[in-house]
Amino acid sequence: MSELATYNFAYLDEQTKRMIRRAILKAIAIPGYQVPFASREMPMPYGWGTGGVQVTAAVIGPEDTLKVIDQGADDTTNAVSIRAFFQKVANVAVTTKTREATVIQTRHRIPEEQLTEGQVLVYQVPIPEPLRFLEPRETETRKMHALEEYGLMHVKLYEDIARNGHIATTYAYPVKVEGRYVMDPSPIPKFDNPKMHMSEALQLFGAGREKRIYAIPPHTKVVSLDFEDHPFEIQKFAKPCALCGAHGVYLDEVILDDKGGRMFVCSDTDFCEERREAGHVGELGVANKEAAE
Amino acid sequence: MSLHTEALEGGFANPVLGAQATFRALMDAMSRPGTIHTLGTDAAPPHPLGVAQGAVALTLADHDTPVWLSPMLANATLKGWVGFHTGAEIVASPAHARFAFLASGEPIPDFLGFAAGSQDYPDRSATLVIELPSLTGGPQFLATGPGIKISTQIALQGLPGDFLHRWRVNRGFFPRGIDLIFTAGSDLMALPRSTDLQALGG
Repeated sequence: MSELATYNFAYLDEQTKRMIRRAILKAIAIPGYQVPFASREMPMPYGWGTGGVQVTAAVIGPEDTLKVIDQGADDTTNAVSIRAFFQKVANVAVTTKTREATVIQTRHRIPEEQLTEGQVLVYQVPIPEPLRFLEPRETETRKMHALEEYGLMHVKLYEDIARNGHIATTYAYPVKVEGRYVMDPSPIPKFDNPKMHMSEALQLFGAGREKRIYAIPPHTKVVSLDFEDHPFEIQKFAKPCALCGAHGVYLDEVILDDKGGRMFVCSDTDFCEERREAGHVGELGVANKEAAE
Repeated sequence: MSLHTEALEGGFANPVLGAQATFRALMDAMSRPGTIHTLGTDAAPPHPLGVAQGAVALTLADHDTPVWLSPMLANATLKGWVGFHTGAEIVASPAHARFAFLASGEPIPDFLGFAAGSQDYPDRSATLVIELPSLTGGPQFLATGPGIKISTQIALQGLPGDFLHRWRVNRGFFPRGIDLIFTAGSDLMALPRSTDLQALGG
């Protein structure tokens, strides 16, 4: 085989990894604070998870097992290509099983299965600044974080209530970390917000285009913003998963035909597959052959 | 062995994987304050810099991070070793350092002399890497905060008598403040600025 095109372990050069590693350590020391870092060009476009990929590349070692999910699924384009990338440049073991993974890179979901101590969850983040849509100037949002001035965010949530009668934010729902920094949890559904609170796993967030890294250490308080008379609530689904019959999980809508037919299935594909293998069947599911026999 | 060769030897045999393994131990230590991590590293810095201290320097320091060495460490060999292996600039003033290394048994300078970052950029702060005789068996403190399930006990040996007071002052600056990494031989433990400490017992 030609040795012409070989990369350093995990693609990034060592100086870049050191810079990212220093940012990660400071991010852990200041939970919820966005540490600026010198984000690199990656062999994929911005918006495809360059921040998460850089964080994963700085963290991952030969003994790690990597899982990559996109909207909960292991088999979507983004997840498949990032998984293949790390297989190629770091030669690491990969898995789709949540409990077997030591590093999980994710976009838009937190796995349904509870994460355990020693696991690292790496989020791909498009807009790390929770106040950005309320105040476009970085100089101002930085000052607001410095002075812990988060009134504007509560005004935004209040306006939601005034217009819609309830808080209409359903994803990237702002949280307060350890009573100090207001943080954007990345565009996960608010359904997943409670999983961040006192998680056993370390949570790292990488925003490549916006050049920010932030973190939530394990066992850290993560509280979704709300009001006493309008407490934070997660989405509820009328029916269980159509394939595996699971209750209390986040569901995706799947269109079945052009006559209005649709079904709701688990967004976490690994979770759904495991349940079906164990013999659980939803109303549109097909019974597992081995379990049925 | 001459001073010259001593400064050239003792780096990671495999710089890429050596740094990765040390970083993972550091990341675990920083995200779970009070836990002790033993490095299986082959870093061998010149005496009196500790093995874990040397591994931390090799893993995190480079030309972007000025390094301050305490008076006991600031000899020609160690300055040469840090310079050769990391490319970091050695600074005379603690206030300019991103990383500060202190030898065991040495008085720990005032934390206020180190960069604590600004309210806008609290990450622009120093990390002190302090060698102690042992990370166990000293006076007991109860640690609480992010990364700690309920509380955990730490018992570092060789800390100054007013350490608790100094740490509380540092804690009071949050989000500004310094972060500490304690080392003893190849063991390390981290105390990020977010951790609260209380004295236990007498």
